[in-house]
Amino acid sequence: LGLVLYAGSLCMVSGATFLYYDYCVIGAGPAGLQAAYFLHQANRDYIVFERSHAPGSFFALYPRHRKLISINKRYTGKSNSEFNLRHDWNSLLSHDRRLLFRHYSRDFFPNADTMVRYLEDFASLLKLRVQYNTAIIHVTLEKNEQAWNGHYFLLTDQDRKNYKCSSLLVAAGTWVPNVVNFPGSEYVEGYETVSINPEDFTGQTVLILGRGNSAFETAENILGVTNFIHMVSRSRVRLSWATHYVGDLRAINNGLLDTYQLKSLDGLLEGDLEDLAIVKDKKGKLHITLRFYLENRNISAGIDSITLPQDELDNFATRAPYDRVIRCLGWKFDFSIYNRSLKMMPGKGNIKKYPQIKPSYESRGTRGLFVLGTASHSVDFRKSAGGFIHGFRYTTRAVHRLLENRHHDVPWPSTVYPITQLTNSIIKRVNEASGLYQMFSVLADIILLRENATAFEYLEEYPIGILAELEMQTGRKARNGLFVIIMEYGRNFSGADKDVFYYNRAVGEAQHAWQSNFLHPVIYYYKRLPTECEMRLHHPDWPLPRPDAIHHIVEDFLTDWTAPNAHVLPLRRFLENCLCTDLRNFFAESCFLFVFTHQKLPPSCQQGYVRMQGLVGSQELRHQAVQAGLLQDYTHTDFSDDRPPNSHDGSQEQLVRDHGIPVRLQHLVNAKDE
Amino acid sequence: MPAQKDRWFSSLVFLLFCACSMPRSGSASLQQEPSPQHYFSGLEAGTASLAFFTPSVSPGAQPFLEQIESSAEALQDYGVSVVKVNCPKEDVSRYCGKENALRKAFLFRGSRLIREFPTDALFDVNSVVANVLFALLFNEVKYVETLADLENIENVLKGKSNMVFAYVPATGTAEHRAVMEAAFVYGTIHQFVLTTEAALLKATSHGDPDVSSAWLLFCHCQRATDAAQPCRRTALAQPLTLLNIHRHLKLMGAPLVTEVAEDPEKVSTVHLQLGLPLVFILSQKETYEADRRTAEFVAWQLLGKAGVALLSRDLVDLNVLHRSNIALKTPEEGMPIQYLVLEDTDEVITLVEDKNKVKRIQEDEQEEEEDEDEKENNNQDIQDDQVVEAVSRDKKRELPLEQILVLTEENFHSSLSGAARTVVLFYASWEAVSLAVLRSYSEVAALLRGSPGVLLSRVNCWDWTGLCSQENVTQFPTMRIYRQGQHPVTYGGMWGTEELSSFILLSQVSCPLKLATMDEAEGYLRGEFPPELSSHHHTSLLGVFSSATSEAREAFEEAGNILSGHVRMGMYFEDDALALSRKYSVSPPALLLARSGGRSVEGIALSKHSVQDMVQMIRYELLDIFPEITVPNLPQYLQLGKPFLILFSAGEISQMESKEMLKLAKGRAQQAFVACWLNLKKTPVGHGILRTYFSTTPSLPLLLWVNLHAGGQVFKFPSEQPITEMNVLPWLEKLQAGLEIPSSTLSEEDWKPPLPAYDFLQMMEPAVPEPSPRPGDAPAQHPPQSPGGDTAGGDAAAREGPSQQSTAEEAGSPGRGLRGTAPRLAARDKQGKRHSEL
Repeated sequence: LGLVLYAGSLCMVSGATFLYYDYCVIGAGPAGLQAAYFLHQANRDYIVFERSHAPGSFFALYPRHRKLISINKRYTGKSNSEFNLRHDWNSLLSHDRRLLFRHYSRDFFPNADTMVRYLEDFASLLKLRVQYNTAIIHVTLEKNEQAWNGHYFLLTDQDRKNYKCSSLLVAAGTWVPNVVNFPGSEYVEGYETVSINPEDFTGQTVLILGRGNSAFETAENILGVTNFIHMVSRSRVRLSWATHYVGDLRAINNGLLDTYQLKSLDGLLEGDLEDLAIVKDKKGKLHITLRFYLENRNISAGIDSITLPQDELDNFATRAPYDRVIRCLGWKFDFSIYNRSLKMMPGKGNIKKYPQIKPSYESRGTRGLFVLGTASHSVDFRKSAGGFIHGFRYTTRAVHRLLENRHHDVPWPSTVYPITQLTNSIIKRVNEASGLYQMFSVLADIILLRENATAFEYLEEYPIGILAELEMQTGRKARNGLFVIIMEYGRNFSGADKDVFYYNRAVGEAQHAWQSNFLHPVIYYYKRLPTECEMRLHHPDWPLPRPDAIHHIVEDFLTDWTAPNAHVLPLRRFLENCLCTDLRNFFAESCFLFVFTHQKLPPSCQQGYVRMQGLVGSQELRHQAVQAGLLQDYTHTDFSDDRPPNSHDGSQEQLVRDHGIPVRLQHLVNAKDE
Repeated sequence: MPAQKDRWFSSLVFLLFCACSMPRSGSASLQQEPSPQHYFSGLEAGTASLAFFTPSVSPGAQPFLEQIESSAEALQDYGVSVVKVNCPKEDVSRYCGKENALRKAFLFRGSRLIREFPTDALFDVNSVVANVLFALLFNEVKYVETLADLENIENVLKGKSNMVFAYVPATGTAEHRAVMEAAFVYGTIHQFVLTTEAALLKATSHGDPDVSSAWLLFCHCQRATDAAQPCRRTALAQPLTLLNIHRHLKLMGAPLVTEVAEDPEKVSTVHLQLGLPLVFILSQKETYEADRRTAEFVAWQLLGKAGVALLSRDLVDLNVLHRSNIALKTPEEGMPIQYLVLEDTDEVITLVEDKNKVKRIQEDEQEEEEDEDEKENNNQDIQDDQVVEAVSRDKKRELPLEQILVLTEENFHSSLSGAARTVVLFYASWEAVSLAVLRSYSEVAALLRGSPGVLLSRVNCWDWTGLCSQENVTQFPTMRIYRQGQHPVTYGGMWGTEELSSFILLSQVSCPLKLATMDEAEGYLRGEFPPELSSHHHTSLLGVFSSATSEAREAFEEAGNILSGHVRMGMYFEDDALALSRKYSVSPPALLLARSGGRSVEGIALSKHSVQDMVQMIRYELLDIFPEITVPNLPQYLQLGKPFLILFSAGEISQMESKEMLKLAKGRAQQAFVACWLNLKKTPVGHGILRTYFSTTPSLPLLLWVNLHAGGQVFKFPSEQPITEMNVLPWLEKLQAGLEIPSSTLSEEDWKPPLPAYDFLQMMEPAVPEPSPRPGDAPAQHPPQSPGGDTAGGDAAAREGPSQQSTAEEAGSPGRGLRGTAPRLAARDKQGKRHSEL
């Protein structure tokens, strides 16, 4: 009785003051709108809260110098829309072909204003339900056994209006600027407010704190008018073309590096900002010293009594005084609006700017709270593209699919194919799939084998971090083994110190495919689903636990993995050996022979010919097969020929000879950009 | 086979070692002795050694020394050490002093000199080993020169032990060595007799033997009871090598007839182990004595070729024909035991000998194949998919695709709405099967060129993946016919030019086609109506309904939708429908079936009204009673799940055959099998079938019973009998009763991967070790696996880091104590001069 009363009173309270939605999305940036699109398509009860009057408020201000660093490649020479998304890093996913970024900008690196316009169109053309001018200032939980997750989320906006949601999708991004506190940090200007007019810097000496894209972008802007620019940060500069991480310093911003290495006055320094102190002298110049010296000084003494490093070390690097110090240290997630009961904790180490989430993007502290977009980047920080539009548009879709299964009994979409289509379905996906490509080593295609391996089920873009929970998360069964298809860079290829242009960096031969350096497809075979424990304990160098077999498709300069001998054939052999079957295709004539000479038939004949869908093949083709020694020609049969028939012993020699010519153009296999 | 070879080779080696009771010295190489004194003082009693003496300053005789040195290892297996003694210059003793002695080798047992060999007798390793063993085995190996000597020895041995008699053309040869080595092992079991006399060879063998090759006989003297008769002899048929002699002696030592009382599948004898077949004589209690005699007789005949076992059927429950009297088990693993009915012992012997002959050929081939296998292992990258290879060889040829409209995401819907009927082939330009079908499709386009109302088009799903997934095309290739206002029809037949065109043509008219007048209906049955299909010679199917029978009509219409494009279907439900059906002596609802242009019309009453049943029935009715089986039509008959009675013919079959076969097909057994024929001219792959069954193409016509679905046995109708119903029916009965022996059995082999894959896991493991998981060392969360250097460090920290560290981090510090790192900016400057370079 008490329980009923308790529940009843809650209802009364909520009934009076709360607006209810199944799904609440915080933030109408790219991730929030992307989530809204999928919810809208699935006819779910949802609302998006946006504190600004329009979507994408972050992009209205940032980047300050307005140049986006996500590429907008309008031409790829291909019409495959899925493939083209691999080189379109700004579009969100939708069915509307008007909403492709290439229709919005001609620039390879578009202007941020275009992004704002695009997001506005995305929200309005797709009629997404966004409530603008609503800043959620507090989120708390209300226990309720009936609720999907055992509790409702109670949201309060700036006008004290309350909302109640069953599921909360946080797509608020990371927008709180990082600041460091050290003596003299009051003299530091922030990236968010610093002037972007180069003339304001004429003849000045500038110190920039930070070494990310915003820092370099700022430097780039004033490079031509300043005396010199120094940049200081704790870590070494990380160039994205060396690390293969789009969040590291992009070449488009690294003009300063160019001048630094070419005998200029500009330069980079490594040092811990926490150790720093800034002292302003009487002329208003800013001097760099160390907190260490400040702590020892006599408090009563004036500026002159402060020890500067150059007093002890007369060639101290930053001994010259600066006119301005600018802080470009990035942003962090706004943890402040979440009630303690939600246990929204920052991550540890270099992911402390992000909230702690599971590989399923669900908060570690609260069931039913999912983090989307940039704020979810802790899953693949400095690794894949999950913090960027071209990555999180796919992870958002994955989260939506998880939710559909969890709350609406809609299993993860899948297609069932006969086993003869196994090689094809993999080749198709690795050649065009954009989600696998952008979210390499994070999202994987999963092939679930049916009993006796006569058919399989294909699931796209599942987060590999929750592979062990696959059955529960997707509503699909993985009883008979599975393949996991992901894309990987070579293990020791990416990194801040790596020479990515070394000679012979590309692998050309299929048998050495495992040493491929550039992004290439890797297929893991498991006889059974890895357990939670195996997932937790696997080697950090491997994205997944030890498989029963593994296959690498050799890297390709054109990322076109359709070469019959170099790509498809080794893959087929791998699949055949995993499944212990023969996956070759046969002409109807061969199947006819097998029907009369074998009690069992190869899958291609079993699933094609016997079901009256045999491949008859044109005269020319059959002739070519005979020429290749892979098909016996019985038309001019010599009756005295006693050789037992064997469809491929005839002119194997011939075949070997024809192939023996090593037309290997390895020297043409060259470096390629991402 | 190789495994078996290994097995008995290793047993031989084992034997050799057992026989060597003499201690082996540690090193197999030549022993060096500084002086004769030292050598002689070291000789042990009973130990044999071969010594040669050389002056310290080595003169010529070098080739001889080399041979002796290289035979040291071989001799060591027999406990003979080979010693080179250096003669001091001043030594003038017996062995060192004389110039003559320096050209000889001396064999000692203990310190006793057994034999001295002139160096020219020791020309190579074989001669060294042969001569040394010959000298050592003086008692074990008798040398004879005359027939009388041989007979004497034989007589002495009778009833006691067996004799091994060997002829070698000369001593010191490889054969001589093999005999001596065998004698070393078997000398205590059998009496070895050796001769080099060609006359003796001629006296002991039949015919005119080749005196230049060695010869070995096993004389069964132990069993010999009659003193007057010479012992039975079994010659070694293979060349004289140690392995062959060992094998032969082992076979001779095996019991003549093994009595078996267990499942033949489980029986294993020395014969099977040595790669020879085992013949079972199936015996019964009543005939045991006779069978035993037969077995012994056969065993003598087959000695050295096969083993013979006597299997008592009373003791073992055999699931075979009662008439079977012989079983043959071959050494190949997994080969089923053959049960046979044989008339006399000669047949048994021929059977085994033929088997061996075939086997030898096979072995040769196998070796070739093994070579090929090895080659192929290195050639995993060679295409063995006939379709893929054919397409890639053909890719340079430009296809005539001008007739085929290219559809894209942009024009797909507008094109479809612009035409009444559009055929669309969805394919992927990188996929071999798709490209193969595209070739046939281009032929279809040429064939149908100018046919009104047919628009052929194609969509490359590699270019327009969105379109294909929108149209729900998941497999390549897919062919669909889009008609305005209707669901598209997906093609589900053979991908051949003919079948595709037929489908496209048939799809032009609705299915079923509503016929308005009696004339139309009659014309339809004759194949003249509708005019679009007049060129199309297929069985026509006409459903006749009185208007009252709407249920059947609806089912028929639904069945028509399913069979659309595959079957020519019409329907007639006008008032005079009754009259039409009466003409063919059925009453509506009924099906009229007009085969081959309406020359014969068959009426079938429609009793089942479910759509599935109707489709099933129509499909079944369309099958021929005695079809010519072809590559495209086989699957239809295969689906019946019945055995095939199939007549292979070199060309068209004769009227007589056709008539008789038709009788068989229509007979009471019609339900039980598919009677058909195969024209080898039209379906040349039939040759391949016959060759698989019979190795050669037998004389034609040939009637076969093929149990495709159960057991896979193939029975051949005796070719001497004419193929008539009279003859075939009793044969069918016999084979169904299990009284016939199949000529062949379809291979039961599974379709395994043709070649191994690259084992990347194995290649990667040394490079990227996967440590065994350490329990309790789990990181709190998935560590971010950035490839970057310092994140790797961060990972390590996260993994090893206890929770204390994380609290420190939460406090806002980057994890380093300020005190220690405070002067880092300065310290760096001191170490490296990086910043002064600014």
